Amino acid sequence: MITKQTIEAYWRENKIVMYLIMLIWFVVSYVAAIFASSLNNIIIFGFPLGYYMGAQGSIAIFVILNYLYSMKMNELDKKYGLEED
Amino acid sequence: MANDAIKAWSKKLRQIYGIYTGVFVLFVIALWIGETLGLPQKYIGYAFLFGTIGVYAAIGFLSRTSAVAEYYVAGRKVPAVFNGMATASDWMSAASFIGMAGALYLQGYDGLAFIMGWTGGYVLLAVLVAPYLRKFGQFTIPDFLEERYGGKLPRIIGILSALIVSFAYLVAQVTGVGIITSRFVGIPFEAGVFLGLAGILVCSFLGGMRAVTWTQVAQYIILIVAYMIPVVAISYKHTGVPIPQIMYGQALQVIESKQKDLINDVKEIEIRQEWKKKANELNEKIKGLPQSWHTGKIELQEKLKNISANDPEKAKIEKTLKDYPKTPEEAKEKWTAAMKEAQAMSKPPKSYTSPPTDTKGIINFLALTLCLMVGTAGLPHVLMRFYTTPTVREARSSAAWALFFIFLLYFTAPAYAAFARSEVLTNIVGQAFTALPAWVSKWAAVGLISIKDMNGDGIIQFSEIIIKADAVVLATPEIAGLPYVVAGLIAAGGLAAALSTADGLLITMSNAISHDLYYKIINPNISPSTRVKLGKALLLVVAGIGAYVASFKLAIIVELVAWAFSLAAATFFPAVVFGIWDKRMNKAGAVSGMIVGLIVTGYYIIGSRFYGVDWFGIKTIAAGIFGLPANIIVALIVSRLTPAPDKNLQEFVDNIRYPKGAIKGGVEE
Repeated sequence: MITKQTIEAYWRENKIVMYLIMLIWFVVSYVAAIFASSLNNIIIFGFPLGYYMGAQGSIAIFVILNYLYSMKMNELDKKYGLEED
Repeated sequence: MANDAIKAWSKKLRQIYGIYTGVFVLFVIALWIGETLGLPQKYIGYAFLFGTIGVYAAIGFLSRTSAVAEYYVAGRKVPAVFNGMATASDWMSAASFIGMAGALYLQGYDGLAFIMGWTGGYVLLAVLVAPYLRKFGQFTIPDFLEERYGGKLPRIIGILSALIVSFAYLVAQVTGVGIITSRFVGIPFEAGVFLGLAGILVCSFLGGMRAVTWTQVAQYIILIVAYMIPVVAISYKHTGVPIPQIMYGQALQVIESKQKDLINDVKEIEIRQEWKKKANELNEKIKGLPQSWHTGKIELQEKLKNISANDPEKAKIEKTLKDYPKTPEEAKEKWTAAMKEAQAMSKPPKSYTSPPTDTKGIINFLALTLCLMVGTAGLPHVLMRFYTTPTVREARSSAAWALFFIFLLYFTAPAYAAFARSEVLTNIVGQAFTALPAWVSKWAAVGLISIKDMNGDGIIQFSEIIIKADAVVLATPEIAGLPYVVAGLIAAGGLAAALSTADGLLITMSNAISHDLYYKIINPNISPSTRVKLGKALLLVVAGIGAYVASFKLAIIVELVAWAFSLAAATFFPAVVFGIWDKRMNKAGAVSGMIVGLIVTGYYIIGSRFYGVDWFGIKTIAAGIFGLPANIIVALIVSRLTPAPDKNLQEFVDNIRYPKGAIKGGVEE
């Protein structure tokens, strides 16, 4: 039996996950782009960090974010007994 | 579909596509052996073109169906990994495959807005939209808008937006198909368009979404293999390590140091002066319109009259006269473009890896990135792919897979650009004009590279080279010294990218008319089989119109595609996201938001492109940066001033928020 409390708690946790992911998403793309000029002073393996974040760093993190989101939500479904049959 | 059934089905699919990939690799190797044995290039081209289209046609035929659920959502049994691949090739168009690396080559840091924008949108999609759309479980985005907000109005606005956004995009894909096929097998562009059209229809006509899905998976495999081979080879050539994604850091360093030397190089400065002079001359001519257009034409005609018939200059003048603008308006358009190019060439090269230094540049970069991200998450042909997975769980995982498959290509594009630029700076600049590499002459012949000894010293200066974006990916196989078969592979990959996107768009539009407009609004009584037949007929009609428009080769098409993102960002995205995350959002709010978003974005696009409207220096391409917040603010305010949505609609929101079964009034039914 699923109660109103269960689904409200589920939704609250879902929202926290959503906000966290959106925060990281924002930082690695927009904040990194705003500070790209200073980040470019750090050079790793020939890559200026500011350029690298835009070209590869941010998008690699996006992939990880989507993967983590999918894992975490599957866990939440299980925790609250809301998995599909 | 139960979990075990999904697993067994996935296993079977992996076997099928594994065999397919193996056969494709053997096919390429066979052609390569053929090439070394003297098979002419023309036949290699034919083999790739007809071989791949033949395979797509076979898949399309095997997936034929007339069942509604199969036709619209591939029976909702596409496992996450495969839906990920299909979404990736649905999403990646000819622009991603051929144009992206070129944009990075030309724009340096500024081009990264496309890399981040076209991937970051998938985070929004995965977290905010995809799983909930799957739980909703209908067929189209207008379906969602009507169910969530009630009434036909949201659906109608959804249909209109879907058609506007998708059509420009479709025309661009058909144009891409025409260019690739015509260049590759040497037929006229118009013939290429209609041959491409046949290629598009064989994938979708018989089996709708089901056929499109399974051909898109096949197309993804071809396009990713084709994209990787040349850049791996060039990385090996330059650095000795075949991992371009990691090794191009060295190329970046070469670019920066060489470009620094160019800034104060005497010869380069000389050429830049020439460009400046040219820009000023053009500017004068533009100011003197329409008079300057008349005098220019008369001058050319006089010259032609006075020249003797066997003068080698004659043919040149004849050609100039033939290409001369037909009207003063055309002259303005052409000369302005040429002037802008000359102006750009008159400036010393700016740092390749540095972000824009002025505030306006940074704001435009951020605004464009945001428009592309939100637009990606609002494009109907991408959104509707998430209806096709078996479960909510698979929809989430499929969004992650889709981004991973897209990432493979986008993660590699910066390497393409950097290696090409470092090649030009080291092996072209400073060479004698008599020693031009073969690949430069080849692509110069088709106009993708233009190179001219402006100061007559016989040596190539950097400012004397103009490279069009498309040349970067297309020329890389030759730069790396690979056999012709790889150039053929690149063409097959570009074709796969364009065809797969065109199919996704075509089916979105056909569904918007047959399902959303006709079945849901005009005549709800038609039988399922008639619905599918109608959908198929519309595929033909829409494809035909798309090809007809593409055959005009309008220059504005590329811009239209960029605008599609802003429009999608300012209309669909807020309405769909509010529909899931804001229970208080109602019909009045969503509808007024979408209308305001559409009007504001449309106004800024047209105003800034044609009438000199300028808000905060934002460029036309990022027009959505005004429409998106306008939509959000209006939607929030109007919804709070009008009554809350009724109980049914609130329950609807509850129902899509939780993966399990039907939930009503907070409890499971």
